Amino acid sequence: MIPLSYYLIVSAVLFAIGTAGVFLRRNLITILLSIEIMLNAVNLSFVAFGRYAGDFDGQIITFFVMTVAAAEAAVGLALVIALFRHRESLNPDAFTSLKW
Amino acid sequence: MPETFVFYAFSAMAIIASTLVIGQRNPMYSVLLLIASFGALSALYIQLDAPFVAVAQIIIYAGAIMVLFLFVVMLLNAPREDAAEWDRSHPLQHPNIGRFGALLAALLVVQLAWALAKVSELETPVGARADGASVGSVLEMGRILFTRHTFAFEATSVLILVAMVGAVVLARREGSNQ
Repeated sequence: MIPLSYYLIVSAVLFAIGTAGVFLRRNLITILLSIEIMLNAVNLSFVAFGRYAGDFDGQIITFFVMTVAAAEAAVGLALVIALFRHRESLNPDAFTSLKW
Repeated sequence: MPETFVFYAFSAMAIIASTLVIGQRNPMYSVLLLIASFGALSALYIQLDAPFVAVAQIIIYAGAIMVLFLFVVMLLNAPREDAAEWDRSHPLQHPNIGRFGALLAALLVVQLAWALAKVSELETPVGARADGASVGSVLEMGRILFTRHTFAFEATSVLILVAMVGAVVLARREGSNQ
């Protein structure tokens, strides 16, 4: 059997990769993808802890995280489309003013 | 040990694919690589005795959310990131912001390492404490979801409805409502 810590380390690495993506990339779509990576990293540790504790709560919260991720993707991508229509750009630096 | 080998293979696949996702300048490749990463994670879920989550990962994440991303990438004909522009205009190119970013990155690593160190019994095999109790039963999971977590489940439906209406309103072309 694989120790619990291995799953947690994979989860931490994936979370760090997602965080790095949010800060390094200059493309709104890739930033949203990085947020998905972070959500998945957390899901992995939830499922690992749930398996470790021997109950279903880890899997159930993963189910809810997936639902929230779907809602976030829908609203986030709608925002990206609306912003792209205004500026013809996906670079977040193009959207620094609150009003135009 | 085939189990250990499977774990290492799919973990490596997930980490490498995720690294490539944030290393790409073309968002189309990023989306496709992220699907590969989700597939590898799904295999890890199967190994963790969570078949429902594994299947939901494939159907909802790889099947629905990523297709939504793909559609948006194609709809916007999303431009590649310009490497020269990145070098010129990225905030981290500024030395002070770069130093502050490095500090925050170090802080994140320390936090994650500290959180990992706080978990006791780290070397316990992941299924040992459960005394052979299976958490793989979808039937049992559904029963708990619809009894103990009914309110959260119903609240999710409201969330989805709000997200749906919000997405339609936000992406609507202005002036096309007559």
